[in-house]
Amino acid sequence: MNTYWRTFKVAAWLGWEMDSNWTEPWLFVLYSVIKPVAGAFILVLMYVVFVAIGRPQGDPDAFSYMYIGNSFFIFVASVLFGTFQVIQSDREWYQTIRYVYISPISYYVYILGRAASKIAVSVFAVAITLVFGVFFLGVRMHLALSDVPLFLVTTILGLAVLLAIGICLGGISFLTAKHTHGLAEGIPGLFYVFCGVLFPLSVLPDWGQAIGRAIPLTYWFDITRRLLAPTISVNTTLGGYDEPTILLFLVISSIAFFGLSVVIYKLGEYFARKAGKIDMTTSY
Amino acid sequence: MQSPMTYAVETRDLTRIFAGKKKRRFRRKAGSNGSEDSLGPVTALDGVSLGIKEGELFGMLGPNGAGKTTLIKILATLLLPTAGQAFVAGHDVAKDPFPIRQRINMVSGGETSGYGLLTARENIWMFSQFYGVPSKVSKERIDDLMHIFGLWDKRDAKVRMLSTGQRQKMNMIRGFVTDPDILFLDEPTLGLDVNAARVIREYVMNWVRKRAGKTVLLTSHYMAEADQMCDRIAIIDKGRILACDTPANLKRMIRTETTFQLEVDTIRDTTSFVGLRGVKNFSHKDDISKNRSHLTFILEDEGPVAEILSSITSQGAKVHSLQKSEPTLEDVFISMVGRGLD
Ligand SMILES: Nc1ncnc2c1ncn2[C@@H]1O[C@H](COP(=O)(O)OP(=O)(O)O)[C@@H](O)[C@H]1O
Ligand SMILES: [Mg+2]
Repeated sequence: MNTYWRTFKVAAWLGWEMDSNWTEPWLFVLYSVIKPVAGAFILVLMYVVFVAIGRPQGDPDAFSYMYIGNSFFIFVASVLFGTFQVIQSDREWYQTIRYVYISPISYYVYILGRAASKIAVSVFAVAITLVFGVFFLGVRMHLALSDVPLFLVTTILGLAVLLAIGICLGGISFLTAKHTHGLAEGIPGLFYVFCGVLFPLSVLPDWGQAIGRAIPLTYWFDITRRLLAPTISVNTTLGGYDEPTILLFLVISSIAFFGLSVVIYKLGEYFARKAGKIDMTTSY
Repeated sequence: MQSPMTYAVETRDLTRIFAGKKKRRFRRKAGSNGSEDSLGPVTALDGVSLGIKEGELFGMLGPNGAGKTTLIKILATLLLPTAGQAFVAGHDVAKDPFPIRQRINMVSGGETSGYGLLTARENIWMFSQFYGVPSKVSKERIDDLMHIFGLWDKRDAKVRMLSTGQRQKMNMIRGFVTDPDILFLDEPTLGLDVNAARVIREYVMNWVRKRAGKTVLLTSHYMAEADQMCDRIAIIDKGRILACDTPANLKRMIRTETTFQLEVDTIRDTTSFVGLRGVKNFSHKDDISKNRSHLTFILEDEGPVAEILSSITSQGAKVHSLQKSEPTLEDVFISMVGRGLD
């Protein structure tokens, strides 16, 4: 336990130093605000194009749906890619991986620690995006005080799922760095389409809906939206389930994904140590 | 209590085979004959059995590609053996890496690892935290070591602003700051300037000799370095240990032999030396810029010298210098494999 905690602490410190220290503090703060706001403007643009094409007739509910989904998608891209990148950057850029790896720590926990700072940075970005949306873009959002604990629980679960997927990618990237790079960029795209981020599951064909239902993030996005914006009415096909059921789906699939991530990671690590690939560089 | 016979590091028939590499890019460029790129499996270590005692400064001396780094990686729990066993601090590297990791550290020379955004001090401190070194103790050690290795001026410089040599010093400090029982140094002075290399050699020697229970395994392809520093040396080539003894004993092996060094105009034909009576072995290295060849002969006696000289002059080459020398570890190596160390 002591080892895990020590690993986590130092890794989180390192992650934070690297995520926040690349520039002057004031520039970092400015960047942290401007980036999500710029992202919000891209969303507005997308929405305007959608409306121009003529599908949703300028429906404020649809806009809120899409806006909230996209705000939370910031987590997906940054945590997934960030986790995968821990191994990659230690290997290729800093070339420190062998020294981290042979130290008496848990490398698995090390990755979690490094990812923690990515999460901290994205929590801020998500919050800024949401606040900006509510105040300047008329996004309909209202989180009841009584829902706050549940909201926190589901957010933590959702992040845990993302970490799990990120660590799976990490385990795979031990073995084939190049291809994993593609995966780490492609998988968020997959989630974007199939997990009801931009548009509800109901617009997907049956097979697409089936994929969506197999991914815990679908439930996460759904329950997050129900809690944050209970008033918007968009048909999602998950409407038939009540909140506790969705939460149960989320819990079960999160646990399954986490178990799977540990197994895949351990296998990847074992085979990498066997093949001599832990500290390989790919020289792209 | 560990008995005095317990080894700090022990390997039994340790073998490591790397699967062939795919180098598609090269193959396409090189055409189809690809003699150099026909990358079948490589046997990096071939049945290595070694015992390094606690308190020893042990050296692995061998040319590039001999398998030194592979051995260090296996002992440092970074790489699994293909066959055979390796024990560090009494634990099997394959089955029980964690207790090994608590007691070792490793530094590779000639590489520039480090987190560019951290300062030199932060970088070293961070690694010490992985080992649970109390923060205050760590900082004191870092300050001391920075003075010793001449990095004090750069203590608060970002790692990305450090030169290659400065990063190497930083990594050396990273190795010592955790006060490991067993330290693996892979070509620690590679590429360093003479002065920095000397400081490191002296520090390593003092570190082992003045503290009880410290063990160092050092690899090198500089024979003088190994000779000066090590209590015992294993000479390794193509993954095999050719000899293992104290430097003095190794040199005594060729005591009855005589070493001659010649500098001559570049010669092409060295086959005439092969069958000469009294020539045990020889190595041949060209210095293209000066258009000269350097020849080192290990002779059983001084008999063949005249024949060697006439064979050279008959090729129309001039002899620029001829020198009889004390045997070095490199001569031991040449005597065994007919090649120099680099
Ligand atoms: N990851 C690897 N994959 C394939 N071959 C390797 C790998 N690492 C080392 N080798 C090969 O193993 C042999 C020994 O290499 P190494 O241990 O690095 O030698 P040294 O450190 O003595 O120069 C070399 O022929 C090298 O090409
Ligand atoms: Mg090497």
